[in-house]
Amino acid sequence: MSEQATLDAPRLSVPDRELSRARMKVGRAAWAARYYKDFSRDAVMAIADAVAKAGYEKAAQFAEEAVAETGFGVVEHKTIKNRLCTHDLLDYYRDLDLVTPRVDEARKIIELPKPAGVVFALAPATNPVATVYYKAMLAILSRNAIVLSPHPAAKAVSSAAARHLAQAAEATGAPAGLIQCVEAPSIPLVQDIMGSDRISVILATGGTAMVRAAYSSGNPALGVGPGNAVAYIDPTAKVDAAARCLVESKAFDNSVLCTNESVAITLGSNRGNMERALRSAGAHVCNETDTGRLRDYLFTDKGFNLDAIGKSATWIAERAGLRVNPSTKILVPVVETPGQDDLLFREKLCPVLTLTAAGDFEQALTFAKHTTRRGAGHSAAFHGEDTDRLVAFSQGVPVYRVVVNAPCSQGAAGFATHLPPSFTIGTGFAGRSSIGENLGPQHLVQWTRIAYGKDVPAALAGIDLDAVSSGRAMPAAPVASPEPATHRRSADVSRDELRRLILEELRSLKGGDA
Amino acid sequence: MFNYGYFSFESKDDLLKKAAEYWNPGKVSFWKEAGTPMVIDRREGYFLYDMSGKRLIDLHLNGGTYNFGHRHPELVEVLKSGLDYFDMGNHWFPSVARAAFAEKLVATAPHMKYAIFGAGGAEAVEIALKTARYATKRRKIVSIIKGYHGHSGLSVAAGDERFSKIFLSEMPDDFIQVPFNDIDALEAVLSKRDVAGFIIETIPATYGFPMPEDGYLRACQDLCRKYGTKFIADEVQTGLMRTGVMWGWQGYGLTPDMFVCGKGLGGGIYPISACLTTEECGAWLIEDGAAHISTSGGAELGCLVGHHVIEMLQRPEVVSNVNFVAEFFARGMAEMIERHSDIFVGVRQRGVVLGLEFDHPEGAVAVSRALYENGVWAIFSSLDKRVLQFKPGVVLDVDTCQEIMDRFDAAMPRARELLKTMRRAA
Repeated sequence: MSEQATLDAPRLSVPDRELSRARMKVGRAAWAARYYKDFSRDAVMAIADAVAKAGYEKAAQFAEEAVAETGFGVVEHKTIKNRLCTHDLLDYYRDLDLVTPRVDEARKIIELPKPAGVVFALAPATNPVATVYYKAMLAILSRNAIVLSPHPAAKAVSSAAARHLAQAAEATGAPAGLIQCVEAPSIPLVQDIMGSDRISVILATGGTAMVRAAYSSGNPALGVGPGNAVAYIDPTAKVDAAARCLVESKAFDNSVLCTNESVAITLGSNRGNMERALRSAGAHVCNETDTGRLRDYLFTDKGFNLDAIGKSATWIAERAGLRVNPSTKILVPVVETPGQDDLLFREKLCPVLTLTAAGDFEQALTFAKHTTRRGAGHSAAFHGEDTDRLVAFSQGVPVYRVVVNAPCSQGAAGFATHLPPSFTIGTGFAGRSSIGENLGPQHLVQWTRIAYGKDVPAALAGIDLDAVSSGRAMPAAPVASPEPATHRRSADVSRDELRRLILEELRSLKGGDA
Repeated sequence: MFNYGYFSFESKDDLLKKAAEYWNPGKVSFWKEAGTPMVIDRREGYFLYDMSGKRLIDLHLNGGTYNFGHRHPELVEVLKSGLDYFDMGNHWFPSVARAAFAEKLVATAPHMKYAIFGAGGAEAVEIALKTARYATKRRKIVSIIKGYHGHSGLSVAAGDERFSKIFLSEMPDDFIQVPFNDIDALEAVLSKRDVAGFIIETIPATYGFPMPEDGYLRACQDLCRKYGTKFIADEVQTGLMRTGVMWGWQGYGLTPDMFVCGKGLGGGIYPISACLTTEECGAWLIEDGAAHISTSGGAELGCLVGHHVIEMLQRPEVVSNVNFVAEFFARGMAEMIERHSDIFVGVRQRGVVLGLEFDHPEGAVAVSRALYENGVWAIFSSLDKRVLQFKPGVVLDVDTCQEIMDRFDAAMPRARELLKTMRRAA
């Protein structure tokens, strides 16, 4: 037998079918966008409601599947996140009308909404379903079509979630192809689509390498960088409440949200109080030995230990060689002084919160500025009542959201504050991103402004704008929406391959998902 | 200077002169007189570029040959990779590509048993007609008036005399033609129980895509069963998703005894055709497998491309795209017919197969010219020049479709002007 036969490798080279299919999905999305851009507000809201309902119904099932597929996070918390991206997200934006023309008679300006068209969206492995839900909802509300490209480690659950939402949308009159998901994503595929002139905008949530690639693609992109949130606990804070916030935030989905606190800093005079409060809130506060072990386990010479991402505190404690109470919710290594070089001050997408104490507020602020630079443009938290210090802190740190007296994970992402609920946290200019706020549907619509001369007569009230959105529903599709492709087993990425892919991406991003 | 490395021409005129001198003077002068003197130079996607540099959107597609557009990158990659391993192959022997492709084709039509390959549509028709004769031991073949099945011996005899008479190739004793959509006429012929096969294009293309009336094709098939005649669907222009389903007959709920396909089966880059038969009809393949021989029929490179063409057509994204394109032109043409009802009088459509009727015996010739001048290439129906064949591809994108409609609209005043001149001359 020939060498080729024994190796059983294909004798002919075969075109990348998945890439070809992804291009076709983009073409299909363009068709959907063409019709959907004219939908009326009522039709849009009906689709959004149907999608929210469908998403809510399967939130728990997909949460379970996501944890099973990726090994990241907590089913119960993922369920909450998924649900937040359904009715809650929709309710938040319910009154934001991105469909109806706006008429400003005083300024003699009419604004007509123009959706982007085809949105190409990347979704991370850490929040796969929530991101699919969230980005699909943004597309629906802004009358865009969306093609999602999940992280390879979460492709099965992401595709299933996207398909589920697409069916609900189509059943409510949305054009076929409005919500699609790449079923077998790969780096070359994502690069090809990102560079395609057939897409209108990229929503890049993922590793730094991917986000930078999105910005380099030549297409408009809304990409965001990693975080490294610092929480400052002022002596004026109610220490038990602050500790509960920190523990709740770090334990939430095992800290896979990029908004989770990485470091807690307080003043030396307050440190003892803080440790006690953290303990009673369910934290294991480490002694010097435990802190050393944790540091050694989490940071190897290759960088952050990816095994620890999204794992529970007790799981990590066991691996790191710490003896902890089984009910421990988070681990708190203690670094006596706020130096810049300790590895434990870097981003940790796991329930480990580094505690340190400064001599005075000025030193704490200087430390916070430097530490948040590793997650520039992202988030920070402030606990206390001293508003002068709050302003000084917010003015000083290079982030675009400071969460006050609330858990940062949920607060910066808009679930425990009145910020817009979001899984794409704009890191702004400081974080080399085009938006500094939480991504919302308004970022996917631009407006044509009809502006009359200042001194010329303009009877705006009499202008008929009904033609702008026809409101016509789609005719019944002659053929039902496509069935999911059956994946051949051989095409599935093996566990090793999967690990390698994650490693590759995470290594380059030095910390995590935004 | 048009230097192609292997040969070169001074200019487009130089080429036209040589083409008339050495190749086909009739065709060269015909297109010149028609006002559409196209010599296709570059081609890419659904775009053709005349030697003058003029760009045309292709809605002719040679009857679906360029279903996926010209030189679709994925198909080009398949053929190139095939050339690293295969050639045409030896038609005498079993081959991996032929077996795989035959299996793939048969799987698209489960009541069929064998796929027999040819190099072009006419050869596939030839195989079907011979097979019908073998299976029934009868000689006569019935087809419709103004049907079109190719240009070889039996296939040309089954078609309109426009193409057979000049070569003294009509065979009126064995080849009988009945009017389309006339079930009684068909029964009158079949009831003599001496007809081997009835062959019909599922939607007759060269006749201008007149739509079969409700139940007509089904009734034809029933009559064939009743009188022991084999029912043969010619799917050369209606197959390969062009009517929204893989084969046109599937959309009419038929189960033909045989069907033939070609054109787009080779992706526009390697010629191949096929005749699919039931087990009963194909029994000669057991009795004498070498009874039909074709050196280039079922060439392995063509099988490889065809195999991939079928796989691509089955993708849910393509199925959905066909629906979008069909829906788009249904809406667009309804609008156009309203705006230009003085000359544009009817639309025949099934999927991405469209025939546009104009109010003049040679109306489509004028419209074809007007469209050509406006950057769109669509051809009139040879056997009904009132009707323009309008054949969008299955993976056309939304922007190109919109451009086609815009260009169509822009071409109508010119078409109106040309028709006026034609009426005056008449």
